[in-house]
Amino acid sequence: MVELSGAEIVVQALKDEGVEYVFGYPGGAVLHIYDAIFREEAIKHILVRHEQGATHAADGYARATGRPGVVLVTSGPGATNAVTGIATAHLDSIPLVVLTGQVPTPVIGSDAFQEVDTVGITRPCVKHNFLVKRREDLAETIRKAFFIATTGRPGPVVVDIPKDVTDPNIKIPYEHVKKVTMRSYNPVEKGHPGQIKKAVELMLAAERPMIYTGGGVVLGNAADELTDLVRLSGFPVTNTLMGLGAYPASDRQFLGMLGMHGTYEANMAMHECDVLIAIGARFDDRVTGKVAHFCPNAKIVHVDIDPSSISKNVKVDVPIVGPVKRVVHDMVKVLREQKAAIDKEALGRWWERIEGWRRIDCLRYDRNSERIKPQFAVETLYKVTKDDDFYLTSDVGQHQMFAAQFYKFEKPRRWINSGGLGTMGFGLPSAMGVQFAHPEATVACVSGEASILMCIQELATCKQYHLPIKIVLLNNGYMGMVRQWQEFFYGGRYSHSYLDSLPDFVGLAQSFGHVGMRIDKPADLEGAMREAFGMKDRLVFMDVLVDPSENVYPMIEAGKGHHEMYLPPQLSTESELA
Amino acid sequence: MRHIISILLENEAGALSRVAGLFSARGFNIESLTVAPTEDASLSRMTLVTSGSEDVIEQIMKQLNKLIDTVKLVDLSEGPHIERELMLIKVRAEKGARDEMKRVADIFRAHIIDVTDASYIIEMTGDSNKLDAFIGIVGPDHIIEVVRSGPLAIARGSRGLTV
Repeated sequence: MVELSGAEIVVQALKDEGVEYVFGYPGGAVLHIYDAIFREEAIKHILVRHEQGATHAADGYARATGRPGVVLVTSGPGATNAVTGIATAHLDSIPLVVLTGQVPTPVIGSDAFQEVDTVGITRPCVKHNFLVKRREDLAETIRKAFFIATTGRPGPVVVDIPKDVTDPNIKIPYEHVKKVTMRSYNPVEKGHPGQIKKAVELMLAAERPMIYTGGGVVLGNAADELTDLVRLSGFPVTNTLMGLGAYPASDRQFLGMLGMHGTYEANMAMHECDVLIAIGARFDDRVTGKVAHFCPNAKIVHVDIDPSSISKNVKVDVPIVGPVKRVVHDMVKVLREQKAAIDKEALGRWWERIEGWRRIDCLRYDRNSERIKPQFAVETLYKVTKDDDFYLTSDVGQHQMFAAQFYKFEKPRRWINSGGLGTMGFGLPSAMGVQFAHPEATVACVSGEASILMCIQELATCKQYHLPIKIVLLNNGYMGMVRQWQEFFYGGRYSHSYLDSLPDFVGLAQSFGHVGMRIDKPADLEGAMREAFGMKDRLVFMDVLVDPSENVYPMIEAGKGHHEMYLPPQLSTESELA
Repeated sequence: MRHIISILLENEAGALSRVAGLFSARGFNIESLTVAPTEDASLSRMTLVTSGSEDVIEQIMKQLNKLIDTVKLVDLSEGPHIERELMLIKVRAEKGARDEMKRVADIFRAHIIDVTDASYIIEMTGDSNKLDAFIGIVGPDHIIEVVRSGPLAIARGSRGLTV
């Protein structure tokens, strides 16, 4: 058995977990670990420029691969800077293992230099966390952290490691901990067959069925099973913001995204369906609108790995707790035997209604505008990149919604955004994680001029590691979503949503060693994007000046039902909706 | 409705704050909470009294179960169970009132465990209502100090909440 110091154990344990990349930033409390990393070839450490960037990069890596993202930061401000990224991962159920340095055990609690109660601060925004007080516990704790982060409903796990625990001068025997069993933690492995049978019975009895799926299908690698279920049943399907890509967006059975900025057809089908099959979705308020108006006529089936998601916001009729991949696979199997019982005539009538809603063309916008419309920018991005091995990350705001509405994601894990926490600043660092995971792929980040500035320092990281990310900045000079709400709900009083004195983004990109482009005419956009995406080995920052007055439609005001959408002004007439 | 929940937790540092934090973060009521190690030193048993609608209690049970440190839990209110709470109450017992105070304590089957010329400390167990009744009878003028453990509870019958 080898003898290793605490610091060496940390690095060796990561190696034994198969960790490829660690995203981090050094500091006093983790210097022993950094010294051990310096001497280890197998693990590539990526030096970010701010700890928030480290957590988002690891998060992007995890979302794009399904493997856990790993972060290493120091105590105190290192840990607190990482908190936003940890909370982001927590709300979207992303597996992260975050190693934080801590002051030495003898001085814990003495308000030592760079001391914070990291376990206390992160407790409400992690799946679990640990403070390792004995070096003998390091190996097993790290194994547990990976086990907890990646199984059941995934999530971030923080391991707080005091500096003396990693002392390079004290060596102890190390053995790779292959398997941990925890009496208090046993994620379910399959759904209850009786419940699955009941769910299929409801599906067969449905006249107006609807399938609503969320991020759980992506995280649970169940896109193929979902596609089988949708195709076999002939039912319409909608994805949440987190679930986009789980079903091919170009398929006729896909009604687009639902919810606050969902399509008219998806939201109306939700409102009028008689059986709702919810899979790996959590009935978030941005999806349900006012709960009292949610799917008023529907019997609801809910498949989820997390029992606490079931009947949390909306009471359901047939709960099925289990991994979505296994459950949906079993549902398909049962359905296949009884497929003949689907009421094809009723389903045909239902599709006629849906096609009527679809003909409204709720995403239409002014294509003759002299300004670049943000919708047009995303459509052009789609046109230019759709044949590539393409990943799109996003920041938070109008541009995020336009991307979700207009980019057709055909595969899971291709659309990477902060849905739950809505973290501005997520887009650029998460794109770094995606590019590390898929060095040959085309990775773009759609952002706004407000969001991008929140983690702009990561342009330096991109330069250091030659990451050829393409940034598509939809620049309207405003915090667009804030401005939209102020226009709708605050009498047009644009309180602090206008960004006076923006930087020259072209010059800014160049100063970091990248290529900058400014595009302000619709006619130039496609050519410029093709040129930018043609630069395979350069980061290109496209500053696209878009129409500042454009709003995201449809929109359901917070607290309203799915049937109470605002539509684009040019088609809000009652006659068109009849 | 009032519910009494028993939880077996890993006896780890921070386990208690995970439970307490969960209640404050999610806005659940917590009336009392008592915790101590069991005969197996690696396990703590917590008894928690809360109240809420059926839906809220269902969420509380699920969220508690989701905590990684939770080994097992049960809502004891769902079946026959026994509740006991311990109270130590310091009361004024000056000349003239001493006999009466002792008599009331006897009626409640309580024990006087400390005596001075002006006070008694009375030890009493029972369900929470009984302790409330005693406090009511003694009255604020005679109470110097009250300390209560919060209820403990156990299900009736031969089956136990064990690992």
